[in-house]
Formats: sequence, C-alpha cells, structure tokens
Amino acid sequence: MYQILKQIIKTGIRTEAAPQPDEAMRIEPQRLQQQILDVFGGALNIRLVDAGSCNGCELEIHAVNNAYYNLEGIGIKFVASPRHADMLLVTGPVSRHMEVALKRTFDAIPDPKLVVAIGECACDGGIFSPTHSIGDKGGSYASCGKVSNVIPVDVAVSGCPPTPTAIMQGILTAISAQRREAG
Amino acid sequence: MPIKHPNLHLERINGAIPAWRARISGADLQPICHAVRDGGGRLLALWGSDEREQGNGFVLHVVLVKETGLVCLSVALSAGQPVYPDISRIFPVANRMQRAAYDLLGIYASESQDHRQWLRHAAWPDDSFPLRKDFDEAASRSDELDSYPFVQVEGQGVHEIPVGPVHAGIIEPGHFRFSVVGEKVLRLEERLGYTHKGIEKRFESMTLQQGARLAGRVSGDSTVAYAWAYAMAAESIANIRPPDRALWLRALFLERERIANHLGDLGYLGNDVAFSFGFAQFWILKEQVLRNNGALFGHRYLMDSVIPGGVAVDLSTEGKRVLEQECIMLEQQVHILRSIYEEHAGVQDRFIGAGRVEPKLAAQLGLCGLAGRASSQAWDCRVQFPCAPYDRLDVQMAMHRNGDVAARVTLRFDELFESLRLQRDIMVNLIGGDELARTLNQLPAHGFGIGMVEGWRGEVMVAIQTDGEGHLDRVHPHDPSWQNWPVLEHAIMDNIVPDFPLINKSFNLSYSGHDL
Repeated sequence: MYQILKQIIKTGIRTEAAPQPDEAMRIEPQRLQQQILDVFGGALNIRLVDAGSCNGCELEIHAVNNAYYNLEGIGIKFVASPRHADMLLVTGPVSRHMEVALKRTFDAIPDPKLVVAIGECACDGGIFSPTHSIGDKGGSYASCGKVSNVIPVDVAVSGCPPTPTAIMQGILTAISAQRREAG
Repeated sequence: MPIKHPNLHLERINGAIPAWRARISGADLQPICHAVRDGGGRLLALWGSDEREQGNGFVLHVVLVKETGLVCLSVALSAGQPVYPDISRIFPVANRMQRAAYDLLGIYASESQDHRQWLRHAAWPDDSFPLRKDFDEAASRSDELDSYPFVQVEGQGVHEIPVGPVHAGIIEPGHFRFSVVGEKVLRLEERLGYTHKGIEKRFESMTLQQGARLAGRVSGDSTVAYAWAYAMAAESIANIRPPDRALWLRALFLERERIANHLGDLGYLGNDVAFSFGFAQFWILKEQVLRNNGALFGHRYLMDSVIPGGVAVDLSTEGKRVLEQECIMLEQQVHILRSIYEEHAGVQDRFIGAGRVEPKLAAQLGLCGLAGRASSQAWDCRVQFPCAPYDRLDVQMAMHRNGDVAARVTLRFDELFESLRLQRDIMVNLIGGDELARTLNQLPAHGFGIGMVEGWRGEVMVAIQTDGEGHLDRVHPHDPSWQNWPVLEHAIMDNIVPDFPLINKSFNLSYSGHDL
C-alpha cells in the first residue's frame, strides 16, 4: 500500500485543460435547447459502437480516458448500455455486417440523443470505401461507407485516427450551444 | 531445403525471410501437411486466388512454418469444381480459414466436418464470391436476415448467454455465445466477421503505394507490423533491399509499437481486476510514448512510416536524445509498477490460474505469438528468422510455461524490458547514411512475394501476387488472431463468466485483422 500511495503522490496530477468546441466539426445545426445542454454539459453518458473500424480510432478513444485528457474529470463517461446513453460515438466505415446492430443501438438510445462520427472512415468512408461504388454513397459489397449513410450524424471528427484532443473537441462541440455567425 | 517429399520441388523465394514455394497437386497436400506437423511445423495461413484469366483455374495457397523457414504450397484447382482435401484434421486452426476461403472465393474443402459460413453473414448471397474477378458487386447485394447455427449445449441447468456484437466497453464488435451452468462456463463459441469490410478486394484496385496505406490499416494497433510485412513482400518480388538506415528505423518503429501496446495492455489488465491505479499509471506511460512518436515521427501510432522500399521518416540527433531519456524513464517506472503488481495479493489472486492454456493444447491448436510464448510455444520470428536488422540484435525470447493470465502478464513485462533494450541497441547502430528508401514504384509482372514480421501480438504475414502488368492482383494479410481466437474458446472453459473480460484482454486479439 505504501508503494502505491508513494507512486500516486510522485505522479501528481497530469490532467490538462479540456479543448474548446470547434464549430467546423458540426454537420447538423444544434438540435438541443440551452436548458438541455446545461444539464448535458454537467454529465454526459456515451455509448461507443465500432461499426467496422481498423481499431485505430478505438486506441485514441481509450486515450481520452487517460490521466492527461481525463474525460471523466469533466463529467463525461462511457456506459455499457445504449439505454443509459445520451450520445452515440461511431467509428469505422459501417460494415454491412454491423448495419443492423448500429441501427438498433441508435434506436435504443432515448431521445434527445446526439451522434458523433469519429475518424476519417466514419466521416467519409475512408480508405476502405471505393469512390465509384453502389449508389455513389462510398460503399462496397461489404461496407455501407460513412456513418451518415446509416444513421443521422451531428458532428464529424476526421483524422486517421483523430487525436484525443480532436475527439474531445467533437464531443464538446456536440453538447455546446451553436454560436450564431456574426452578421 | 526445409522439407523433403518426392513430389515437392521447392523454389526459393527472394527476400528477407527464408521462404520456399512449390506447386503441388491436391493429392499431395495432406501427406505434406502431415510431414510438416510431425516435424514440429505449424500452419501459418491459408487463402485462395482466382487465376482463371491466366488459365490456372483457382489456386489454394497454404503457408506452413518450420524452424528452417516458410513453405508456401500452391494447389491448382479446377475452375468448374474448385475442391481440395481438408487439412483441418491435421491443423485444427485451418477450420476457419477454409470456411473463409469458401465465403470469399468459393473454393471448398472436401471431407471437412464444418461447412458453416464464417466471414460471410448476410451481406452477399451464398452463391456469390467477392474475391472472384467476375464478382458483380451491384447484383450481389443481399438484404436477407443473418442466421447462424451455433452449437447447442444441452443438459440440466445449462443456459446460454449471448454477448455482442456490440460489447459493453470500448472494443471491436464480435459475438460470444456462452453456455453456462451457474457462473461456470461450459463452452464458448465465437462468431466473428462483423468488421468484414472487404479489405482484400480493395487491394486489387490499388497501386503499390495505396496498398501500403491500406496494409497499415488492417489492424490499427499493429500498423507498423503490417506495413513492414507488406513492404517486405513487395521488396521480395522486386528483389531489392532497403537501405540499412531504413531497416534500423523499421525495427525501432516495430519495437515502439510493441512497447506502446504492452504498456496499454498492462494498464487494462490492472483495470479488469478493479485495480484502476494500474490503468492510470500505465496509460500515463503509454501516452508519453505516443506523444514522442507524434513529435518525432509525425504520427502517434507511426502509421505510414514504413513504405515499400524503406521508411518515410527519419530520427534526428535531438530525437535520439528524447528517446534515450524516455527509455530511462520507462525502465524506472515499469520496474516500480511491476513490483506493485507482483506484491498485490488481490491482483495476483485474479491473474494466477485464470484462463490457463496448457502447453500441450497450445501446440495442438497452434497458439502463436505472445500468448503462445506464455504457454511454452517457442516461436518468435525475430529469433527464428532474424531478418535485418534483427540478425545483429540477438533478441532474447521471453518464455513462460504456465499459460494463464499471470503468465501472459509476465510475458508482457519481460518483452517490454527486452524491447527497451533493443531500442537502445538500435539507436547505437543508427549512424550515418541519409538514404531512407530505395525507389519502388512498380513491381515486376507475375510476381509472388511474402513478408512476415513479429508484431506485438504475434506473426503478421502479408503475401502479394502481381498480374501481367505488375499491378496488385491478390494481397492476403494474415493476422495471428486467426490462430489465437479458437484457443480463447478453450482458455475460458471451467472459468467463471466474470473472468472472461480479463482472460480476453490477456490475449487481446484483433477483430479487424481477422475479419478483413
């Protein structure tokens, strides 16, 4: 026990300041009212669905829970059931084999809910999706392409994989009030 | 010559790994496999290719590993009836690979007991095969509902727990069907293929360079291993050797990938036994490695750092100093954390004895890589087939015989320290020479090349075949998870359900690398 306490004290607090929301990541206009945002802002539950990623994005989503980014420290945590979630995070091009599971998970999340697409593949189909494909949606025999081909997406975070800071920014953008364009 | 058989005429394949190739008839497949298995060899990979345009019908490729090297057997199958003799009775691990080869190419293992679909769920119909050159994507779309005949366990008090494809944590999708009595697991059946996104088909429309990026995304956590194996296969066809500095840098990247993944896993293994201190500590260390990667090489996971012909990024003198400091810090910190893990009664109580795979079973099932070495399977490509620069590094293989979670934890600690030592040695050798890559834009026609690298999880293999114009005709990436997923089904038997996440994590297998 002494060793553990000593190590904790020596390590100190590593958590860095959270990034600011970035309006450039928003795809859909903010659908939530300020009152709801005020509540969400204090405590947000996220359900993650890997819809067919290479697992690179998962590595960075894990990293947002490390001591440096400490997502839980600002009241945001990952939950095991979509029934407990306010937000759905989706990675990967949506494989055809995950299409039903993704739709069902989305449906199981109570309204109001938000969807954030994480990573290049989730945003536009990425390297796994040929451009000349079925219905021009960027899919293939095995993939439906980008997440918004399957469920509505509020915020998209690109990058291969996006950095933990970008992922946090995406989450925070989804739950921040949309600033009106000046003029 | 690695094996002798009257009908086997082996031809050496150029390249960094000792490998031979032979065309054999279907009738010789089983006897040769028997001979290799009896000599202590294993099955590495099995796949097929459509060579009807060249007049060869379909071709089955089987790669066997012996201590002397790889043997790649190619069996021509008739275009009308592409059938070959089942080898899953000789190598149980062949079962899923044979089923996948049918799903994707329609080549069929006769006499096999198990013909259930594997990578195909319901996205395309069962009489349509994506890897055939005449596959019509638009006409092959199926919207039927998926169903799969799981094996039913019957008896008093037995019930089933279905889990997935969406799991409780931040993990890839797959389905686990537990048959349990009370808390005790009688049987686990896995169902994978959820992340199948058509990687092998994608390769066929790519240039050599685009293919390198895709290879680096077969399984994101092993991006360096895949990119290197792909580059090695391409270099084997082109018969070129990358500059020395590039080879040293590749090894540096590969060891850094191992270090980062082992740190992450050690943290999560602590977390899975409710020791969140372990997660917090190890992930601070992992983050520092990733940040150094980002600052020095431009990518936290080193994606696209290895390219055919060499590497894309260099290490500066200043960067060397940063990594030397990092080495010192990691060695010191991991020593402290290791002694805390080892002295923590609660942690050890959960680790010891959980998910045990006896060496005998591991050998029968072909358990490989890190998990294999924790069950006495002494295979490590860096030791058996030390391609440059490993031929100058004298890698010490970590081994354990207990085969439980505790052994896999010990292996990770041992390999972590060994990788830190190797990283130091590599940096000592990184002197002079500014050339980072030989030009490699186009491959020769009708080439066949193979590359294999010991990734942090185990052996990663990539095979490349080129067509008459030197374009990618068939690329097959093979993940060690193919070998290790079936063993997990055995490791969980007689353990309790709540130990599954821990046991699963101790293997930490790839879904994407397997599902392709």
